[in-house]
Amino acid sequence: MRIYAAAVYLFLYIPIGIIALFSFSAGRNASEFAGFSLKWYGIALHNPFVVEALRTSFTVAASSAILAAVFGTMAALALQGMTGRIKVLFDALIYIAVMIPGIVIGISTLIAIVTVFGWLNPLIAAVWPWDGPAPQLAMGLGSLIAAHTLFNMALVIIIVRARIAGMDRSFTEASADLYATPFGTFRQITLPLILPGILAGFLLSFTFSFDDFIIAFFVAGANTTLPIYVFSSIRRGVTPEINAIGTMVLTLSLILLVTAQGFLQRKRKG
Amino acid sequence: MRPKLINRLLLAPAGIWFLAMLVLPLAVVLVFSFGERGQSGGYVPAFTFAQYLNLPARWKAFENTLTLAPVGTLIVLLIAYPLAYFLALRANPKWRTLLLILVIVPFWTSILIRSYAWIFILGGRGIPALLDMLGLHNLRLINTPFAVLVGIVYGYLPLMVFPIFVSLERLDKRLLEASADLGSPPWRSFLQITLPLSLPGMATGCMLVFILLMGEFLIPAMLGGGKVFFVGNALVDLFLQSRNWAFGSAVAVALVVVMLVTVTIYMRAMTRWGNGRDDVSLM
Repeated sequence: MRIYAAAVYLFLYIPIGIIALFSFSAGRNASEFAGFSLKWYGIALHNPFVVEALRTSFTVAASSAILAAVFGTMAALALQGMTGRIKVLFDALIYIAVMIPGIVIGISTLIAIVTVFGWLNPLIAAVWPWDGPAPQLAMGLGSLIAAHTLFNMALVIIIVRARIAGMDRSFTEASADLYATPFGTFRQITLPLILPGILAGFLLSFTFSFDDFIIAFFVAGANTTLPIYVFSSIRRGVTPEINAIGTMVLTLSLILLVTAQGFLQRKRKG
Repeated sequence: MRPKLINRLLLAPAGIWFLAMLVLPLAVVLVFSFGERGQSGGYVPAFTFAQYLNLPARWKAFENTLTLAPVGTLIVLLIAYPLAYFLALRANPKWRTLLLILVIVPFWTSILIRSYAWIFILGGRGIPALLDMLGLHNLRLINTPFAVLVGIVYGYLPLMVFPIFVSLERLDKRLLEASADLGSPPWRSFLQITLPLSLPGMATGCMLVFILLMGEFLIPAMLGGGKVFFVGNALVDLFLQSRNWAFGSAVAVALVVVMLVTVTIYMRAMTRWGNGRDDVSLM
């Protein structure tokens, strides 16, 4: 039994380990290990395409994680103790947002945005009061952030609601009994109690957005995120540079995940 | 009780987001699936079932998906169950949380990079090169259904382990003690107590893995090399290469319908087992 478990862990971690190992190879070829070196990290980080893709990915991940954390928490707070049609509707929407495959979200967002912008652009041009050409709405960072925020918001709502459900009601009741204003109770009792959930949701959202390929592939417009860059590079062939980028991406995800887990574990203890 | 107005204001941004980025796009896909393809791609409004009648043109993608997704799910289940069993009932409680986190973490890291690792391992200079030294020549692993299945197992194992672990951990250990006291051998206790009581966890895991596999694109694209393609790959082709939005929408709707049917069967089964819904979070 133990040997079996160990074998499964090896299966899970050896491929990641191999990527990391070869990323430190000094060799020119991706599949030969020729002495330890950080040279491919240097090459990757001096590649303007990589730097640009990294910047795009960070911008998108940070923006969508912030939007999701704020709006998701607001929704989770409102849904707390709510009953009736609106709650059922929201439950269904959250469920659909999480369950629909990323590829369907990607294509449907693509054609919806192209269609809506196709209607709006002539309209804007018609009412544009200033000289010169009217601005054209197009797919880009905005559409990508909006698409990622959808999934992330559902994620934050699920996590924060679980946190609210596990909260001791007597604190808020005591606070109200002691004549705290609703806002005061929220700021001094509720918020500190659900904050770990919000932070965990933020970090998971960031990770999801940073790693997402399929939605970005459809709605990023002319922008290249890091996963899109990696995907198209792999199609051109396996290079040590990809190993270095891959290792950096995995390391970043691991740090974010371990931090998120730390926040979530606190829930179980306290 | 807080006034209703505040609740509405709090819900408004999320509601608008769901409406604009989920309901509207899905509605557009549904409408487009009854339309026609434009001269140079895109979409022309119409009301026709032609796209749906044309679905057999992409039958191969559905066939691949509907064979490799269940087979993949089954293999994942067979590999995940003993591990979940070990974690829930045999592992040292001191290490249990850490071991569980170690299973879940890969699921949240980039599937792109993880599939890439297998291109590396199964590709010409990886395992085939090793086997070559052992006398097995010209073995081709990458771009085969086998490679896709390896990628599937690698990608989705964590998702299966977790719900099974939860159902095994909740299992009342006294039942096993009672069974042993009454003289039943361990294998019998397993078959009559442990296995049936972990069925809801297995069902949840299978459903999650199966549903995500139905929409898979990256693993077949990376490890199947265009030879083993899923519905997801057909969708990418239809929307980005041939720009046939109407037909692509019909394929997407068909995919979602197959998924909904799966979820419905799962929900029915769960209510019949009377265990209700296992609330399994992925983190």
